[in-house]
Parts: sequence; C-alpha cells; structure tokens
Amino acid sequence: MSAALQPVRAVRRPSASRRFLSWLRSDLRAAVSLAYLLVLFSLSVFADVLAPHSPIAQSMDMLAPPDAAHWLGTDDLGRDVFSRLIHGAPMTLYASFLAVGVGTLIGLPVGIMAGYLGGWVDGLTGRIIDALLSFPSIVLAIAVTGALGIGLTNSMIAVGIVFSPGLARLIRVQTIVVKNDLYVDAARTFGMSPLRIVWRHILPNAIQPFIVQVTLLLATALLAEASLSFLGLGVQPPQPSWGQMLARSYGYMEISPEQMYAPGLAILFTALAFNALGESLRAVLDPTRRRSD
Amino acid sequence: MNRRQLLLIGSRLLQVVPVVILATVAIFGLLQLVPGDPAAVIAGEYATAERIADIRRMLGLDRPVWEQYVVWLGHAVQGDLSASLITGQPVLDEVLRRLPNTLLITVLALVLAVLIGVPLGILAATRVDRPTDRIVTTIASLGVAVPNFWLGMILVGFFALGLGWFPTTGAASLTQDPLRALSHAALPALALATGGIAEITRQLRSALIEVLSSQYVRTLHAKGLSNARILWQHGLKNVSLTLLTVVGLVFNRALGATVAIEAVFAIPGTGSLVVASATNKDFPVVQGVVFVLVLIVIGLNLMIDLLYSLLDPRVNRR
Repeated sequence: MSAALQPVRAVRRPSASRRFLSWLRSDLRAAVSLAYLLVLFSLSVFADVLAPHSPIAQSMDMLAPPDAAHWLGTDDLGRDVFSRLIHGAPMTLYASFLAVGVGTLIGLPVGIMAGYLGGWVDGLTGRIIDALLSFPSIVLAIAVTGALGIGLTNSMIAVGIVFSPGLARLIRVQTIVVKNDLYVDAARTFGMSPLRIVWRHILPNAIQPFIVQVTLLLATALLAEASLSFLGLGVQPPQPSWGQMLARSYGYMEISPEQMYAPGLAILFTALAFNALGESLRAVLDPTRRRSD
Repeated sequence: MNRRQLLLIGSRLLQVVPVVILATVAIFGLLQLVPGDPAAVIAGEYATAERIADIRRMLGLDRPVWEQYVVWLGHAVQGDLSASLITGQPVLDEVLRRLPNTLLITVLALVLAVLIGVPLGILAATRVDRPTDRIVTTIASLGVAVPNFWLGMILVGFFALGLGWFPTTGAASLTQDPLRALSHAALPALALATGGIAEITRQLRSALIEVLSSQYVRTLHAKGLSNARILWQHGLKNVSLTLLTVVGLVFNRALGATVAIEAVFAIPGTGSLVVASATNKDFPVVQGVVFVLVLIVIGLNLMIDLLYSLLDPRVNRR
C-alpha cells in the first residue's frame, strides 16, 4: 500500500515567460504578427540609420520608377518613397499608442467608477456614454481635432477621446460582474479602502477583456490616423506618414499608379497584425466571449 | 399593436430625450476645447482686434458658458444652426444640401454590406473550420483591416480610369438623374461597404454557430428536420436580432468613414464639409454637421430599438 503512495508534486503555475512561449507556439498567426510588429518597432527606432535616404530631401529625379538607388521609386518632389515609408512607421506606432493610451486614461477610471459606485453615478455615466456612442466616430474625431488644432498629436488625442466611451462601457460591465464576487466582499469586510479594493481585486480580475479590446483598437487607431493624415488633419508635411503618402500618390495616380500600393499595404499589414494579436489574446484571456462587440 | 407595445414605444421615445440633450452638450462643448481665446483662434493670426470682437459677439463668447449653451440650444431647436463664419450662409441649408449625397453612398453601402455579408456569414457558419469557412473568415479579416479610402483609390484606378465603367469623381442628384447618381455612387459605396461586409459576416457567423450548436437545434435534428429547414426556419430567425444590431453599428461607422471616401471621390457631402470647416476653423459648420449626423444616428438607433421589441417578444416582457 505505502509503496503506491507517491509524494504529491506541487502543481505550480508555469512561469509567465513559459506561458508566453506556449501561447506563441500554439498560435502561428499571433507569432507572425508579433514578429512583424517587432520589426516595425525596430524600423521606427532605427529609421535614421536604416533608411537609405532622407525622407524629406528633394531631388530633380521626380516620379522615378523603382530602381537600385530608389527601391520604391521617388515621389512628385523627388523624395525616396522607401525611406519615407520607413520614416512613416514611427508616426504610425506613435499615433496608435497615443490614441489608445488617451482612450484608456479616460475610459478606464470612468468605467470602473461607474461600475463600482453604481447608483446615480452609474446612471448618469451610462447616459453620457450612450450619447457619445451615437456620434459617428471619425466625424467626432475631426470635430475635436478642429477644436484642438490640426496636427498628429491633437488628432490622436481626439481619436482617444472618441475611443473612451466604448472602453468605459466595457470595463463598467466587467467591474459590475467582479464587484459582487466573494473575495471582494471579504476584502470589504476586512476594512480595505475602496481604492485598494479596486486596485488589488477588481482591476486584475476585470481587465482581461479590456486588454483584448485595447489591442484591437490599436488597429482602429492606425486606420483613423491614416484617414486623418490622408485628409490633411493628421501628420503635417514634410513629415511622412502612410496616409498622407497615399493622398499625394492619388494626385499623380495616372502617371505612376504603382506608388499607391506600398503605403496602403503597410497600413493593411499593420492593422492585420494588431487585429490578429487581439483575436489571439481574446482566445487566451477571454474564453467565455467569442463574439466581438 | 397592443397597449403594452404602445407604452414601450412611449418609454423608448422618452429615453431618447436625455441622450439628445447630452449630445447637444457635447457638440456645444466642442468650442470649449479650443485652447486659448476661441475668437482669436478662429479669426486667425493676422486678425484685427475688431474682427476678433465681432466673432466673439457673433458666437456669443462674451456671455457666460451656460447662457451661451441655452441660446445655442434654443436656436438649434428652431432649426437655426447659426451661419458659416466664412460664407455667411445658414449652416442648416448647407448641411441639408449636401446630406443627400452622403446618405446615398452610406445607404447604398449598407445595402451592399447586408446583401454580401449575410450570405457570406451563413456560408461560413454552416461550414465551420472547412476550407470555405477559412477563406470567408480570411476575407473578413482583410475587410476589417483595409483602409477604405485606399480601396477607393484602387477601385478608381481599376474600374474608372482603367476600364472606364464608372465616372472617377463627383456626384449627381438621385431625384433628377437617378442612373447617373447611382453610377457615381457605385464605387464609393463599394469601398465604404467593405468594413460593413466584414463586420456583418463575422458577427452573423459567430451568432449562427452559437444558435446551430444550441440544445433546441439538436432537438430539431433529433425530430428529423432537414439541415436547410433548421437553418432557414429556426437559425436565421434567431440571429435576425443580432443582424439588426450590427446593421445599426455598421451604419454609424459608414456615416463616419464616408469622410475619407468623399475626399477620394470628390463628393460634395457632409463629410467633405466637416473636413473643410474643421480645417478652416469654421466651428458653427462643424457643430451643425455633427449635430445633424448625430440626430440621424439616434433616430436610426431608436427605430432599431423599436423593431427589436416588435420582433422579440422577450423584450416586451421585461
């Protein structure tokens, strides 16, 4: 009998890095997306070193087709398209993270407060969120940009403001679900302050769908930046941005149509990568909810 | 329609009132976001002191904020959305003149999104994890991630400049020349529809998968009903509510996304108006466009809400 009894090996949760690696191994799409984004990030950091030419140096060699010196040709001012594409990467990443950051900074505390406090605070917040969600998002972003002043940072703050009601609503629902759990009641009975309860118990347990949503919103922010820069409200010339490059290339589309492909594909791939990462995170973090909203 | 439903409609209408009021506060508040003295910002760098004072008086900026709001709201309720600071024309006239162009491509995009997205969603949901499903979901992921204005540019290059099937830019009145209006609207609507097609496909697919794997569908199978009959009579009936919700969402997004599409196709709609006026700091026009668009979205959401309660008896009981 006693020989059959083995000491019970402690069941330990695998370490964070172990779990991270097994996640990437199980989801090829997420691994590829993460690798792509890391490359994009490196390109952004080392753009000055990696780009073969200056993104703003003009030359007499205008609208040249791709060759050995200019891999993607030159634009209407004789600037190297490939270098402008590389220098557009940091703009894009900065824009996406800024918008999502602003959205989180406003949406997260408001949503948690509404969900945790309940009562009239929740009622009023809910109405305000409903009202703000009836605004067509890009139009509202443009209106806010017009008020704050045109430029990349202001337009992305505007996009972040537009994101905030949706994020607030998401975390509000999660907070309501979590706040009635037994451990929160226990913490309250022990006399833990509301701020500490929110920080130690509610936030860690309610945040997962929020993380998924924020990752997906990076793609939305990127597309918004492209649209706003395309419309001349975002990145200002001569700074390059993918959306603005598309706007320029549209002007001479009949002369060199090939120039509108690279920036568009760059936007598409980056948005795909953010989305794939978000979808994969949803499968890992949030097994109960498969539908996006 | 019974008394309970009438009561329900009444209460829904009442619920809209605070949303509209809060929306007007937000629209009015746009001006408060302007850093520094809005009148000086609007007047521009080289404005004289008189011009700045003029603008301040025109916008009522010399009065307390709440008073400004009440006056603005009072005018807005009477259909007076002030006048453009640049052209001096009444804002509402300009918005209403351009609105049909925007609504035409938005509604057309919505129709395309439903006509293409619904079959794709059904196709994928009934063939889960098979090649057809993989292809459809891949297309849908692409549709969500593609910048619609870029797609518009490609469509112009291919179908308008290359094949010459459609005009490249501009718009025509639907009432005066319907055929020309539709040929102008076709490409922009298609570009605008991609996001909606993808969204409807994805949402319908996952809703339908959920319904088809539910207990009562298993019972129907056990009763010997054919797959087709289960799908058409039970599955689609149950996902129609999801579809309704998504349609509202897609319309709202399309109404926003049309801004970049209007720029690509040079369509004189509300989107191009809001871009031009935001660039020129013509705030009464910006506020006017946003106000009208928000009213349209709120109206549509109300309609969807009402349809919802008529279609789904469970909503009534609550």
